[in-house]
Amino acid sequence: MSSPTVAAYDLPLSAPTITACDSPLRIDSLVKHFGEATALDGITLELRSGECLGLLGPNGAGKTTLIRSIAGRVKADSGTIFVFGSPPNSVAARNALGWIPQELALYSGLTCRENLQSFGRYNGLRGLVLAEAVERCLEWTKLADRSLEIVRNLSGGMKRRLNMAVGIIHQPKLVLMDEPTVGVDPQSRNHIFEMIAQLREEGMSIIYTTHYMEEAERLCDRIAIVDHGNIIAQGTHVELVQRTFGPRSEVFARFVRADQRVEFWVAQRGGHIIDGTAQFKIDHPNEVAALLDASAMAGLELCDLSLRKPNLESVFLRLTGRELRD
Amino acid sequence: MIFAIVRTATLALLRDRGALALNFLLPLAFFSIFALVFGGRHDVTPRVKVLVVDEDGSRFSQGLVHGLEQAGSLEVRTRPESVNGSEQPDYTAATAKAGVKNGTAPVAVIIPRGLGDRPDPSSARDAHRGTISLLEDVSDAVAPLMVSGTLQIVTMTAMLQDRTEQLSDGPGKVHQGTESLRAMSGLANEGIAITATRVVGEKKSSPLISFYAAGIGVLFLLFTTSGASGALIEEAENGTLDRVLSSHVTMTALMLGKLTFNSMLAFVQLVLMFVWGWAVFGLDLWTHIPGFMVMGITTAVAVAAFGLLLASLCRTRAQLGALSTLIILAMSSVGGSMFPRYLMPAGMQKAGLLTINAWAIDGFTKVFWRDERISQLWPQVLVLVGTAVVFLAIARAAARRWEFV
Repeated sequence: MSSPTVAAYDLPLSAPTITACDSPLRIDSLVKHFGEATALDGITLELRSGECLGLLGPNGAGKTTLIRSIAGRVKADSGTIFVFGSPPNSVAARNALGWIPQELALYSGLTCRENLQSFGRYNGLRGLVLAEAVERCLEWTKLADRSLEIVRNLSGGMKRRLNMAVGIIHQPKLVLMDEPTVGVDPQSRNHIFEMIAQLREEGMSIIYTTHYMEEAERLCDRIAIVDHGNIIAQGTHVELVQRTFGPRSEVFARFVRADQRVEFWVAQRGGHIIDGTAQFKIDHPNEVAALLDASAMAGLELCDLSLRKPNLESVFLRLTGRELRD
Repeated sequence: MIFAIVRTATLALLRDRGALALNFLLPLAFFSIFALVFGGRHDVTPRVKVLVVDEDGSRFSQGLVHGLEQAGSLEVRTRPESVNGSEQPDYTAATAKAGVKNGTAPVAVIIPRGLGDRPDPSSARDAHRGTISLLEDVSDAVAPLMVSGTLQIVTMTAMLQDRTEQLSDGPGKVHQGTESLRAMSGLANEGIAITATRVVGEKKSSPLISFYAAGIGVLFLLFTTSGASGALIEEAENGTLDRVLSSHVTMTALMLGKLTFNSMLAFVQLVLMFVWGWAVFGLDLWTHIPGFMVMGITTAVAVAAFGLLLASLCRTRAQLGALSTLIILAMSSVGGSMFPRYLMPAGMQKAGLLTINAWAIDGFTKVFWRDERISQLWPQVLVLVGTAVVFLAIARAAARRWEFV
């Protein structure tokens, strides 16, 4: 895919030109309540040009509300959002933004090509530019041979790819991807990863929400962990692990009887129990042997023991006390 | 197991307010409407408006007019309603004819000069007495028959009264009176002479085809456009609306786009209906194209706006289905799509004017039945366009809930 400038399209004359010095996205103290529930609780975030930032968090953490706020579909109660220096509902922001929602927001009775043409027109593309954009998207999604297929007849993976293409048909500079791989098989997921890699090569900045740790690790330059409407940590994968665990490893131990005696012993050894599993941090793998001896001395019967290097899931578990897929 | 299935179905029904309304409120609403229209309540019995011209001015003709006025089924007008407080002159044969033509009343009765002058009652029917003229608009299938029948009764009564008065005038008149009574007995067997003339649609073979094309057409247009507008709810539910609104499309542009599409859809449906009427039932479409275009477009825009209004007020497709069925069937029955409004009581006829159906049908009737000029369609056009504007404005306001969360 080529990456022409935004101004190359048939956009409204009032559309201000996006300057290179503007940050793709700046969010400051964003708050949004839905009745009694707090969806966003003062989120502050900045995206660098060409960067892929992963928003990692469980369902209900506030990721989608944040994405919808950036896309101009949710009005925040307080705080500010600037897309290349413009507010989300401005013409400039709309030109610069591409949104790939979690839902398959497509016209199911239209063909792939017709969907692309419709959303292309909605985004201001006309004539030859539109025709070229449609062909480019069909090629990008590898749906050229299915271009005349009615969307409802496509497989789940194909629909997901088309859903993505519709979001970037106007070649935005910043793309919001809200769990684009939900419900697709591993093969289609790999296909989608390749598509995203292609966008990154072209220099698009991306916000990518997911609750799949491996996706965040694979695709994102930086990761922000979102929980209860807040960003509780952010950095690269390595930084997050390092900051949370240092150089240490984790030991997971399960006991035959998880009673008060076990809880007392685990706490005494500096560990804690999450979901019935005792977790310890050790500086060196050799310390596992000492842990085993100590449990035997205390008369506690182990049924499972594992040692692993901390990953994003460990970070999330440690920071929130909850599994990532809760 | 059967109990479990019944329980699940009951719970689902109780949670679905739309289905509940459809199941229980709709039948009650329709029962009430039909009971009001045809239930025979004395205070709502329909009265036929009739224009009466008394050219004779005799005691007999005055008795006739009085008799017609006393008939409970008729609303007799001998002169147009006063304009700005000033009384209008009595109807003449010409103005009464014009009144029937323009739909002021479906029937006019012209009592000719000399009707009350009866030197020889036995030759009453064909000599000097003349015949009563009935000017009819047969688009109202009931009114001419009702007036004609009432006229027979009233005439007989008036004649009987007239002869009784003659008998009481003196002994010398006894013979004359006896002859009169004999003549009356002949009249009673044959009925009085009434000449019925169609003054509207005299060359039309199927007077009610255009009425049904418009009536049924509007009914289905309302269903079509409310169904098509339901796409808005579907798009909101599946996220397409969000995506569209995140592009350069504004909610106002979206609503206007939907209105345009639904209007086009409705207009094509009307065209199909009238072309079918022409091809199969001989409706005279081609000589009324300008009027059809005016009424077709305004009706289509009004029903399209109505559909958008319903869709914007409903949260789900199920709600829309229930609400639209309820409102459209109620509007169509009161507005004259199912049966002509002239069959309804006066109150219901007035209530019908609150519906799109009534104004559309009236407009199409003006075009196809009364052959009126396009300029005379202004009340219908004004009401339908005004309705569309108001409905669209309300729909736009209600659609604000989709603009932002």
